Amino acid sequence: MNTKLNVVGKARRRVDGRGKVTGQTRFADDLSLPRMLYCKLLRSTHPHAVIESIDVSRAKNHPGVHLVLTGSDFPIPFGIMPVCQDEYPLASERVRYVGDPVAAVIARDEKSAEEALALIEVKYRPLPTISSPEEGLAHAETRIHDYGEQGNIHRNQAHEFGDVEEALAKSDQVFEDLFFFEGNTHLPMEQQASLATVEGDGKLLLSSSTQNPHYLHRQLSRVLQIPVPMIRVVACPNGGGFGGKCDPAGHEFVVCKATLMLGRPVKICLTRQEVFYVHRGRHPVLMKFRTGVSKDGRLTAIHLQTLLDGGAYGSHGPASTFYTGVLTPLTYELPRFKFEAARVFTNKPACGPKRGHGTPQPRFGQEVQMDKIAEKLGLDPAEFRLSMVTKSGSLTANWLRIGTNGLAECIRQVVDRSGWKQKHRKLPQGRGVGLACSAYMCGAGVAIYWNKMPHSGVQLLLDRSGQVTVMCGATEVGQGSDDVLATMVAEVLGIDTNDIRCVTGDTGLTPVDLGSYSSRVTLMMGNAAVQAAGRLRELIAAAAAEQLATVPERVMLSQGRVFNAEDPGKSMSFVEAVVLAEAKFGTLGATGSYAPPRPAGRYKGAGAGPSPAYTFSACVVEAEVDEYTGLIHVPKIWVAHDIGQAVNAVHARGQVIGSVYMGLGEALMEEQAFRRLPPKLSSALVHRIPSLLEYKSLTSMDMPEVEVMLIEDPDPNCPFGAKEAGQGPLLPVMPALANAVYDAVGVRIDELPVTPDKVLRALELKRDGKNPRVGPERFPDVPYPDPVFVLPPGEGGDGNETKDPDRKPAKNRAEVAAS
Amino acid sequence: MNTVTDQGTVAQRRVHMTLRVNGEEIEVSFAPYKTLLEVLREDLNLTGTKHGCELGECGACAVLVDGRPLLSCLTLALECEGRSIETIEGLANGTELHPLQAAFADLGGSQCGYCTPGVLMTAKALLDSDPDPSPERIKEALSGNLCRCTGYQQIVESVQSAAREIREMEHKISASGARGGAA
Repeated sequence: MNTKLNVVGKARRRVDGRGKVTGQTRFADDLSLPRMLYCKLLRSTHPHAVIESIDVSRAKNHPGVHLVLTGSDFPIPFGIMPVCQDEYPLASERVRYVGDPVAAVIARDEKSAEEALALIEVKYRPLPTISSPEEGLAHAETRIHDYGEQGNIHRNQAHEFGDVEEALAKSDQVFEDLFFFEGNTHLPMEQQASLATVEGDGKLLLSSSTQNPHYLHRQLSRVLQIPVPMIRVVACPNGGGFGGKCDPAGHEFVVCKATLMLGRPVKICLTRQEVFYVHRGRHPVLMKFRTGVSKDGRLTAIHLQTLLDGGAYGSHGPASTFYTGVLTPLTYELPRFKFEAARVFTNKPACGPKRGHGTPQPRFGQEVQMDKIAEKLGLDPAEFRLSMVTKSGSLTANWLRIGTNGLAECIRQVVDRSGWKQKHRKLPQGRGVGLACSAYMCGAGVAIYWNKMPHSGVQLLLDRSGQVTVMCGATEVGQGSDDVLATMVAEVLGIDTNDIRCVTGDTGLTPVDLGSYSSRVTLMMGNAAVQAAGRLRELIAAAAAEQLATVPERVMLSQGRVFNAEDPGKSMSFVEAVVLAEAKFGTLGATGSYAPPRPAGRYKGAGAGPSPAYTFSACVVEAEVDEYTGLIHVPKIWVAHDIGQAVNAVHARGQVIGSVYMGLGEALMEEQAFRRLPPKLSSALVHRIPSLLEYKSLTSMDMPEVEVMLIEDPDPNCPFGAKEAGQGPLLPVMPALANAVYDAVGVRIDELPVTPDKVLRALELKRDGKNPRVGPERFPDVPYPDPVFVLPPGEGGDGNETKDPDRKPAKNRAEVAAS
Repeated sequence: MNTVTDQGTVAQRRVHMTLRVNGEEIEVSFAPYKTLLEVLREDLNLTGTKHGCELGECGACAVLVDGRPLLSCLTLALECEGRSIETIEGLANGTELHPLQAAFADLGGSQCGYCTPGVLMTAKALLDSDPDPSPERIKEALSGNLCRCTGYQQIVESVQSAAREIREMEHKISASGARGGAA
């Protein structure tokens, strides 16, 4: 840890901590306004159907009902990504999943609204349904959307970095493995809620549980056809997000429209069942890895194919599709890499970003395959990985620039702390350890919509009382965003975080920040905050220098005092210095902003994957497997995370433990799975278990002890060197668990979650002398397009696509032409 | 109670009663089908108590009734007349945080804060009956409170720390009391 820091890295009560423990934090559903009305949505009971008619006359006449809205009130579609504007606040012609909203009732109370919903008559004409990507590929004639690549393929990606077939052909061994990662959902404790009103100035105000107020703001303007400045979006503190509150949601548009029509505040709070259907969670992904290895245990190439079950709408789909491939080469030296992905529409709730967005699935496959390769080569899985970790400052085959890289140290620490060498392959039958590694980004290098403006802006105000107000559009979703903001400012100005007032997530007051996604807040908001605070610090130093008998460069701000660095006896309070600065320069304020560096890759699609910095993690899971019941008990998990620099020691550790918790839930039990109702009930595809009780997640009783090692090697692109901690440490847990199960009982479960029934099935195969593996058996024929071919940095490429059929660098071609 | 008239409307005859919430007697009138959760949040504006399912699955709505943790989403407010109701709003002593609150804020027991009120009230009931619980006992007591952020570890650490703090405070009080008695 950097010892020069006074605030950054210390264990402190977070700035919003008091409000949370006193119940004063106001989540969206805690808000109410005079004359407020309540909204309820009618949702489709069919997974795929044409809406032939909707009769709302009885509902309109129901006592207490003020307004009924249907799809005809919303002619303009929305979608978080410019290329996927495929969803309507209320569906007007087609429904595409059970749960698609079709009508809204606004009434004096929730009960009246619910009663009125039952009076709405919708005539559906059912269409054939697509329940899986395989069905979607096989039944191209049943198109869920009339856009996309072809049939039901929403999005394809295909990239090849160096000639992968050639590298595989020259490899000493090629490993081919199939994996499946079942979908799962965020399950935030807070159900989404939104309150819309028209303020006294005649402008629309939406207070909502959203992670991305800026994108929502733009979408509201588009769908409601109101200029952006006439709308204010306040992101309330989110009661957990995990990616589930990133997409704009139908209900947010509905309450806005209703308040504009009625002139009264309108609120909605989704039921827990609705939260499951709104979803936008982890994509189910089928994966095929072909990995070449040389005799001495070096990777030669990976050919990765993925098939994503997208659900009914686009959501973040194009990004999700990219992310099932692009971060794969970050961890180990890999000369060549080919990646083909397809996202297929199905008649289920749309999938989207969940903690790790698209990358946990391939990381699971890759890390389990690494375990298999190490075993086949007779190598220790930890040593095997250590021998090929990527280097700081290097470029991957797909042109991602790695900054600091603490992966080797992460591996060494989990190996050391867990007693790996005494345990792996040495524990008694039924007990085992598994190791896995991962990497993640600190913010997406490009915004969701193309623009050249900053990704984060901070405005800082100081007044003569010493009050410091910092404003930023970033959103507190529980991760500690406000505390990071206050910490950055406090460190630069030499004050305490409690001296700072944070105003965040309010498009009416705060500069734009793109939102709480892709682990971008600490780095991007942090850099903007450091810049803003640095500018004010200069003014303070300039004003104080004369009285301190020094020059501004030698003025120091620390612990609420302003000093002469060479003569600390000469000092004044921070407030005195601020008064001098306000007298000298006038009202004090400064802005700071941040935009990420340009990606190194120049090819089409190079925008997905680059980040100003990457984190690395390693994890060892110990598991005990009961061979009679298939139950898995995890006594302890060791995790090391390359964080650069912790911003708050307590909460950095909390982010890591929380990530491990969610990863272990995904490894053992969490499933967003669907079932068909019997034919007499329309054969609808419904959520198998839309309740908190039946959607299994770990309780306090199930959660093992987690030992956290934070590797602190500050990254120069990051504020005080601080990288992300909220997503990366989730990623290695699932493969580490699967590898531990193998070490314990010698069966491979190549499919998540690793549930007792799968373990028992694999053990039975083992007893019968068959391949003791449970997992996908085949990968369907997917019509991937020809890949964009790019030479990797190590083969003379320049980051551009190579269209030359010989796939030679342009320089070589020029030489050949010249000779 | 509710009667459905021929127009299909629901007549909502409100009940009027006195509830004892955080030591204060409060008169309130509400529709008789309302849960304690709804009356606290909607009629008394005590929004510190949260909801995550309204089906008794998550523990977010836990409050103390006569000192015992109860899921307010499964309890009719009608049942609570004459009983002592404690919510998160009553946990601090004036401006001074309860040791559990201070520990949760300082030690990472609360991240997004949504499950926190329910967890704190459940933990308070535990410490009231068992001032020195083992980590296993804490986990057991909180097993009905789901949290998606913390992975529970810093929650358990916070409860342990608060228990220590409370025991030390009580030890000091009883020690000074003992000295007083001897003088």
